[in-house]
Amino acid sequence: MIADALAGGFTEAPVQSARAFREVLEAMARPGTIHRVTGARPPLPVSVAAGVTLLTLCDGTTPLHLAGEADTPAVRDWIAFHIGAPLVAADDADFALGLWADLQPVSRFRIGQPDYPDRSATLIVEVDRLANHGPALTGPGIETATWLSLPETRTFRANRALFPLGFDTIFTCGDRLAALPRSTRVEAI
Amino acid sequence: MSEPGSGVSGADAYNFAYLDEQTKRMIRRALLKALAVPGYQVPFASREMPMPYGWGTGGVQVTAACLVPEDRLKVIDQGADDTTNAVSIRKFFSRTAGVETTEHTAEATLIQTRHRIPETPLRKGQILVYQVPIPEPLRFLEPRETETRKMHELEEYGLMHVKLYEDIARHGQIATSYAYPVKVEGRYVMDPSPIPKFDNPKLGDNPAIQLFGAGREQRIYALPPWTKAVSLDFDDHPFQASKAPHDCDLCGAAHSYLDEVITDDRGGRMFVCSDTDFCTGRQAAGHRGRLSPQEGL
Repeated sequence: MIADALAGGFTEAPVQSARAFREVLEAMARPGTIHRVTGARPPLPVSVAAGVTLLTLCDGTTPLHLAGEADTPAVRDWIAFHIGAPLVAADDADFALGLWADLQPVSRFRIGQPDYPDRSATLIVEVDRLANHGPALTGPGIETATWLSLPETRTFRANRALFPLGFDTIFTCGDRLAALPRSTRVEAI
Repeated sequence: MSEPGSGVSGADAYNFAYLDEQTKRMIRRALLKALAVPGYQVPFASREMPMPYGWGTGGVQVTAACLVPEDRLKVIDQGADDTTNAVSIRKFFSRTAGVETTEHTAEATLIQTRHRIPETPLRKGQILVYQVPIPEPLRFLEPRETETRKMHELEEYGLMHVKLYEDIARHGQIATSYAYPVKVEGRYVMDPSPIPKFDNPKLGDNPAIQLFGAGREQRIYALPPWTKAVSLDFDDHPFQASKAPHDCDLCGAAHSYLDEVITDDRGGRMFVCSDTDFCTGRQAAGHRGRLSPQEGL
């Protein structure tokens, strides 16, 4: 049990986190594009991509919320050893990890303040399917339009309406990830 | 020479790209928020770098947080690859990150720039990192950070238009010729760093990712690709991307941004492309300007 918690982190953190971040950066800069990342072997049910994202962005200064199925003793141990992020309730979190259903209601998460919109949560949402079809996305980072399989549209449209406030989302599925920043307009379905 | 990031091996071993991992994570989080709110200045805990403020400490930290070993880095200072600032930053990263460097815009994957956007159009897959001295476009109009932050919050940019209007009242035209403010996606007014306003049209709808780092002022902001960045102007005084009304004296380019070079003490001068890579590329392709050396001499 403990041995599992000690394994599965980056073996060469400076270079692995640099490559991983570059993919996350491209994902956030180009909403809807799907990127492959490697280097983490987190305990189930956490996906490789979610593990890589946590290792790359989180540390002892970033309160993290584990929602529903993601909140297991094995996951807590792994995060405690590799990341050291304090585990907190949803409304205090900088980052949150879980299934879309488990993260509900997302209105609990911080959306920033009018003078500091950056003080908002980033949701890492584990999804079963990540593909470039579904609702149309437009906005900064997208030349004309793109498509992404979203768990729903209503919440993301409401989040866009709060701009420049709002949360930002990273979808993870296996070793792939895509991002949906608050600036993206989501087509109504 | 050890592999990048392979850990300690001798006194010359730096962590990959110089900064420690916790610092890079902090900068990376700021970069993601900056991309999510285009044009908004995200505060970050800027570190002391082994170079003085004003030499690109903000840009260097952003570059360090973005570099991967596979990158090919280009650094320009006012368009030139061969000035002190550009050369020393290139050497800094080739030593601390082991990345390849280049002077060719088309070959580079990451370009750190001081006060220019390359003439060669950027493409998808490239990142342009700007060195920013004063990130706050309203700072010279309102010195208090508490007030400028409130002005951004309320989208209260009337003061900036008054400033541009006063330019017109005094000079008959908008006299601001560099660091010309832009409005990003109809929301935040942003300082594009002291690039000449000639470069402003390249800010918006650019296929590359544009990141801005201000080290002393501790701010990071960003323009994602294909983002609208509109230069502020008036209906009867539309924005004009101006340049010296000459052709390059070395390569003959009519549409590149020019530096004026004084050649003697009797009023002699020449105009040359500020983008050295663009100019040498054109000369290599056979283009000639007014003062080009004669063939065969």
